Amino acid sequence: MTAPASTQTVDLVARFPDSVTADTRPGFSGFIVKKENLVEVATAIRDEFGFDLLSSVTGVDYLAENMMEVVYHVHRTTGGPGLVFKTQVERVDPVEVPSLYSVWVGADFQEREAWDLLGIKFTGHPDLRRILMWEGFEGHPLRKDYKEGFFEEETKPFKSRWPDGHHNYVEFKNPYRDNLIFPEGFDPDNYTPKNEDDLYFSLERSSMKKAEGDLNTDHIVVNMGPHHPSTHGVLRVAVELNGETITSLKPVMGYLHRNHEKIGERNTYLQIMPYTDRLDYFNSMANNFGYAIAVEKLMNIPVAERAEYIRVIMAELSRIQNHFIFIGMLINDLGSMYTPSLYAFEERELILDIFEAVSGARMMCNYFRFGGVVRDIPADVLQKIKDLVFDRLPAKIDEMERFLNENEVLVGRLKGVHVLNAEEAIRHSVTGPVLRAAGVPYDLRRADPYSVYDRFDFDVAVRHNGDMYDNYLIRFDEMRQSLRILEQALKQIPEGPINSQKPQYQVRVPAGESYGRIESPKGELAYYLVSNGKPNPYRYHVRAPSFINLTAVETMCKGVKIADFVALLAMFDIVMGEVDR
Amino acid sequence: MYGKGILKGLSVTWKRFWDTYLDDISWWVRGKKRYYTTEGVAHRSSKDARGIFTVQYPEEQLIQPEEFRFVPFLVFDGNEENKEVRCTSCGICAKVCPPQCIWIVRTNDPNTGKPVPQPAEFYVDMDICMNCGFCAEYCPFDAIKMDHEFAIASYDRNVYNLEKLLKPASYYAEIRPLNYNKEEEARKAKEAAKAAKAAAATQAA
Amino acid sequence: MEEHKEENKYEGLNLPNYNIPEDIQNVVSITTIDRLYNWGRRWSVWPLMFGLACCAIEMIAAQTARYDMARFGMEVMRPTPRQADMMLVSGTVTKKMLPSIIRLYNQMPEPKYVVAMGACASSGGPFKEGYNVVAGIDKFLPVDVYIPGCPPTPQALIAGMMKLQEKIDKQSIKKVRWYEKGKNDSNYVPMPILGPDLIDVRRNAEYKEAAAKKEGAA
Repeated sequence: MTAPASTQTVDLVARFPDSVTADTRPGFSGFIVKKENLVEVATAIRDEFGFDLLSSVTGVDYLAENMMEVVYHVHRTTGGPGLVFKTQVERVDPVEVPSLYSVWVGADFQEREAWDLLGIKFTGHPDLRRILMWEGFEGHPLRKDYKEGFFEEETKPFKSRWPDGHHNYVEFKNPYRDNLIFPEGFDPDNYTPKNEDDLYFSLERSSMKKAEGDLNTDHIVVNMGPHHPSTHGVLRVAVELNGETITSLKPVMGYLHRNHEKIGERNTYLQIMPYTDRLDYFNSMANNFGYAIAVEKLMNIPVAERAEYIRVIMAELSRIQNHFIFIGMLINDLGSMYTPSLYAFEERELILDIFEAVSGARMMCNYFRFGGVVRDIPADVLQKIKDLVFDRLPAKIDEMERFLNENEVLVGRLKGVHVLNAEEAIRHSVTGPVLRAAGVPYDLRRADPYSVYDRFDFDVAVRHNGDMYDNYLIRFDEMRQSLRILEQALKQIPEGPINSQKPQYQVRVPAGESYGRIESPKGELAYYLVSNGKPNPYRYHVRAPSFINLTAVETMCKGVKIADFVALLAMFDIVMGEVDR
Repeated sequence: MYGKGILKGLSVTWKRFWDTYLDDISWWVRGKKRYYTTEGVAHRSSKDARGIFTVQYPEEQLIQPEEFRFVPFLVFDGNEENKEVRCTSCGICAKVCPPQCIWIVRTNDPNTGKPVPQPAEFYVDMDICMNCGFCAEYCPFDAIKMDHEFAIASYDRNVYNLEKLLKPASYYAEIRPLNYNKEEEARKAKEAAKAAKAAAATQAA
Repeated sequence: MEEHKEENKYEGLNLPNYNIPEDIQNVVSITTIDRLYNWGRRWSVWPLMFGLACCAIEMIAAQTARYDMARFGMEVMRPTPRQADMMLVSGTVTKKMLPSIIRLYNQMPEPKYVVAMGACASSGGPFKEGYNVVAGIDKFLPVDVYIPGCPPTPQALIAGMMKLQEKIDKQSIKKVRWYEKGKNDSNYVPMPILGPDLIDVRRNAEYKEAAAKKEGAA
């Protein structure tokens, strides 16, 4: 699976001597592309060098240097290490950078996010609206000079907590007595809020461009969510319907935007760890994993051997419980309420018992530390994991398959409903099971192995039809492969220390950048960190698979019936904590 | 045959339905109590769990693993009348706390003005606490620990002060026996080493 | 002892062998009805099917086989607010989401209860400092029970629900707000507006004053 491309180094400077320079700042890597040539260079990177998957787009605000930087991470779906290129612009208002929407459609939402949070205007983007905050919100919060209502200090720990820490509600420090800031001279009585016309005008409005011979039907716009039982949380989708067929739709998010990145930039490196639990709250172990890898890369420290195995065991157990829930929830969305999800939750509870025994909490595990894990698995818990892996879970997966797979109603609903084909999926930067169900064997555990995954014998689950039924079946395949990994890991797990470092609450991180990525159950989860040598990260960005997978939802759902839309959305297995962050 | 898949699926639910009764009967035949006993709850949380999966909280409770954590509490040695608070108000927990929900006022000696290793006030805002357990993990004096008590819902917001946070070491030993013994042993070893060193020093002199 | 008595004022009244003071003798029938009324209500609190964040997953877990809130008559999750008795605010309340929550709350018929599940709903929790986070749903809605924890385990949630049942037990049909005459919805909350920041229309005057002060200071 590992392509020979992985050994081949990419020399962009030789190809574009005039417009590309290497990034020579200590700790940084990649290339700096001149803004004027960005689209040209990006097209060459995609077509000549074969980096077909745009992993992440994000911005960094270098306030002191009066510079904004946009960072692009690209990968090959055939595997191997990625490529990072950047473009730097002066920090004037507005900051303008050409959009790469025309090269990788997957840049769509990520550029909108960079516009929303950092105020980088991507010229040529077809629909550049705010994505997480609402239209009319004042300011771009991730800029370094933005101070929110409850701003206390630039970095944690706050000095007001110790040694003279009289308890005080932060509300009393703000003139508005709440988490609010208003522009100068703001008069709430004479304020007219901005309406949502921009959103509705971004829909296709195909009612206006009716083709010859069409029936004289009117199109209606339906808002699904944010309070809707089948949108998996607080996602809202504006759907334009012709009868029951979707002609156009736009997801609206940010209803759970918890300012993860802004808070992360204030936290110390260690303090971010429990916050990552709350990204994809089904898989806190996987989130910890990705973040730990990103920081370890930056600190350049090894991980204790036993801890590597514990990490793999936890991550794979997490994947199994996630896929169980996926199946239960999918069936819920199809209208068969409860029974399958009740069965799924039973197995999940047993797995959560293990998480609780090793880490202390069911969902928010906070189990990983830099260089290892918090504590060893107690012997009785290890035995319990073995019981589950060797005894119970294989039988339960079989039972689930017997229960559902051939069910005629389920097959009727799922089979032949097209999700995405390989080309569409890659273009939209879709990763995870949805990409693999479209026939692309791209799994980071094989494509760019991290931790000790290269020691295990397992297959990358692939299916080729790209319809909903394949997307559903691939979850079972993945659970089986996870069990295979678990069986080997449990047999091979060595004795020894569980952390290569001494426990310390403030780690030293040298200046530089790192991009740590793992295969989370939802897709490629990555953390982009920029350190300036201080105890807090300078920039902390999460490449959330659920969020980026949603880029494809519009392409995917055009022309399908609204009832299938609910099931199609379930395919991405989105978690709003990760979408909105 | 159309409908075969549905029947196959129904066979699973049918089996599950009977499991409920069969498991109850097998416990009854063996003369054991399936409900309201620790043994019963343990069985329902094991790999052999089948039949009724419900743990009838509040009549019975899940078996909490030792590491289970909910909200923090402060440990004191001694008894209710004479509380020896372990906390030295060094402030590490307040520094490491990710949402910064710990407030500590250090005691100052009224005569000299120098800090005394004891907290004058200690607050934890339970409505901000994210139960991460960092405070307990990094406390060098084993003074702050994570509680097992979870039924603390109230009709008002919860800001715990020193009085409400303090719990005896015996309680700590009860909920986390392994950790407690480990820490006590480490402490005794440290004290023994210290005594040996002191003895050696006096001998040398 | 005195305090204890105070706490159980209403419960005591409902005991059959309670020595009834003279001035309330004519309401004895009502207190007995109270018992029946509250018994009916406490075992059929239907929650709104409404999840916000991580806590919602624990709420779902509490509904599944292991914890089974059906034992408390709370399994009927209604997706429509018109049929719900209780709003379980399960997760971080963001400014962008708040208008929807207020609208849902206003659409719920009385009697209605609000339970703030977890740290985020109680006071903003670990995300309190965030620019898009409301520091506690109690700034807008009257919260009946606060459940600490992040997230509260399903058992902790059930413990909170039992606390709510206790609260219901203490209510009297004579005093409850939803039978009061001449008042239109005393619990109506005006919709906040999403402006440059979240505008609570009840506090417009305060905002103006604070803004003026700030300008003066600058």
